[in-house]
Amino acid sequence: MTATAVVRPRSKPLSWLVPAVVTGSFAPFVSILYRAATHGLGANPIATVLDRLGLLALIFLVASLACTPLQLVFKAKWALRLRRSLGLFAFFTALAHFSTYAILDHGFSLGAILADVTKRPFIAVGSIAFVLLIPLALTSTKKSVARLGFARWKRLHRLVYASALLAALHFYMRVKADTRLPLTWAAILTVLLLVRIVDAVRSPRRPATNRADELATRARRNSP
Amino acid sequence: MPDAPKAAPPPPSPLPVPGAPAPPAKTGPSPYDTDEVKTPYADITTYNNYYEFGDEKSDPARNAHTLMPRPWSVRIEGEVKEPRTVDVDTLFGWFGMEERVYRMRCVEAWSMVIPWLGFPLADLIARLDVTSRAKYVEFTTLLDPKQLPGESGDVLPWPYVEGLRIDEAMNPLTLMVTGLYGKPLPGQNGAPLRLVVPWKYGFKGIKSIVKIRFVQEQPKTTWNALAPNEYGFYANVNPLVDHPRWSQATERRIGELARRNTKQFNGYAKYVAHLYAGMDLAKNF
Repeated sequence: MTATAVVRPRSKPLSWLVPAVVTGSFAPFVSILYRAATHGLGANPIATVLDRLGLLALIFLVASLACTPLQLVFKAKWALRLRRSLGLFAFFTALAHFSTYAILDHGFSLGAILADVTKRPFIAVGSIAFVLLIPLALTSTKKSVARLGFARWKRLHRLVYASALLAALHFYMRVKADTRLPLTWAAILTVLLLVRIVDAVRSPRRPATNRADELATRARRNSP
Repeated sequence: MPDAPKAAPPPPSPLPVPGAPAPPAKTGPSPYDTDEVKTPYADITTYNNYYEFGDEKSDPARNAHTLMPRPWSVRIEGEVKEPRTVDVDTLFGWFGMEERVYRMRCVEAWSMVIPWLGFPLADLIARLDVTSRAKYVEFTTLLDPKQLPGESGDVLPWPYVEGLRIDEAMNPLTLMVTGLYGKPLPGQNGAPLRLVVPWKYGFKGIKSIVKIRFVQEQPKTTWNALAPNEYGFYANVNPLVDHPRWSQATERRIGELARRNTKQFNGYAKYVAHLYAGMDLAKNF
């Protein structure tokens, strides 16, 4: 055959993955809104929504932190593409959780909120966990990686470990008697962090290059 | 802690003869009623803290079907002349039931308005030959993991125990409760017999009582045993004394959007403040 074959750019494997995860991540919120509309949130809906959003934020955060261990242990390269979406969902859910507390629980009374944050350790811990996510959300774009340079960006985003640990602690401090659920999440988080630590210790230090860094270098070269 | 003021119970009335007709139920509003909006029955019976059935608020309504409120007997013992075990319906037959509409304030900073049906604990104490050594009353919940499955776990040390100083027990507000909105208590609300002490946090309202014991020493109450820096023996509702982890200055009335300011003694100060005259309520929380 002499006809020239059309060269199509090779599409990314599993291109449906990120859109699917993003769509699926909206499901819990749809569920909460549906229940709110149909009086399915019980007698104390604000407290129920507050608790649900809190746990959801922790789950998104842990899911985001599970991606790299999945790649390290099971060579699931596709998992790395989910980090940003899951991280951003964690941030927005944490924002919703904090807003529910600030607005619905305290009528946005700054005095009441500040009194709580300064006097109640578990609220202070939760507030810090949330605040740590703000710079991460703001620098979640590829442009930010270019602006900061990959090495600095990576160092900044290590804050997510602190945020996740503080979130787990906040959960543990919140419960009255049954600490099984917060301890379970703390255990999962610990395992995920251990996988990274073990990998960092075992593998020789690789230079910090990856696709993001390539883009950053390219962006710097192309900028005037 | 100051000594409990010695209660001077009236000379014990004889216990009614079995088979005697029950006194008529007292009708009409009680002077102790609140006229605030009553919390709907559905909310009162589906939003409960009763860890013997699970620790989610929705667990007791879902799981309380294993509790068998009949046959049920209550053991009355301790500093009484004649310890006895009495069938719960016989016990109810001794007293005229009355409805009391009380506020209920949980230590978690939510509250309800509940129309209880019961009889004053003071009436029961008046009928028993309680000795002068009785300084406190101790109550115990049923211990039976087959009926209360949460008791096979160890989230709290079982069985649940609560107690009152004898003068708190004799206060006219303190109620032995058997019903709710005129109907018998459902399992999740503490069938067939529970305690209601409206000026204290709800965890003092022990449910599904099987034993009432008059004692000289302050009872070791369950939440106090679990976390003594968070849950005291007195547990009087007090907006000025915060829980270590959250403020007690406000509460969410179930059904309302905005929070309310919490009142000292849950708004019952005029009936109970005198019990604590001279006590440091921040130390004796």
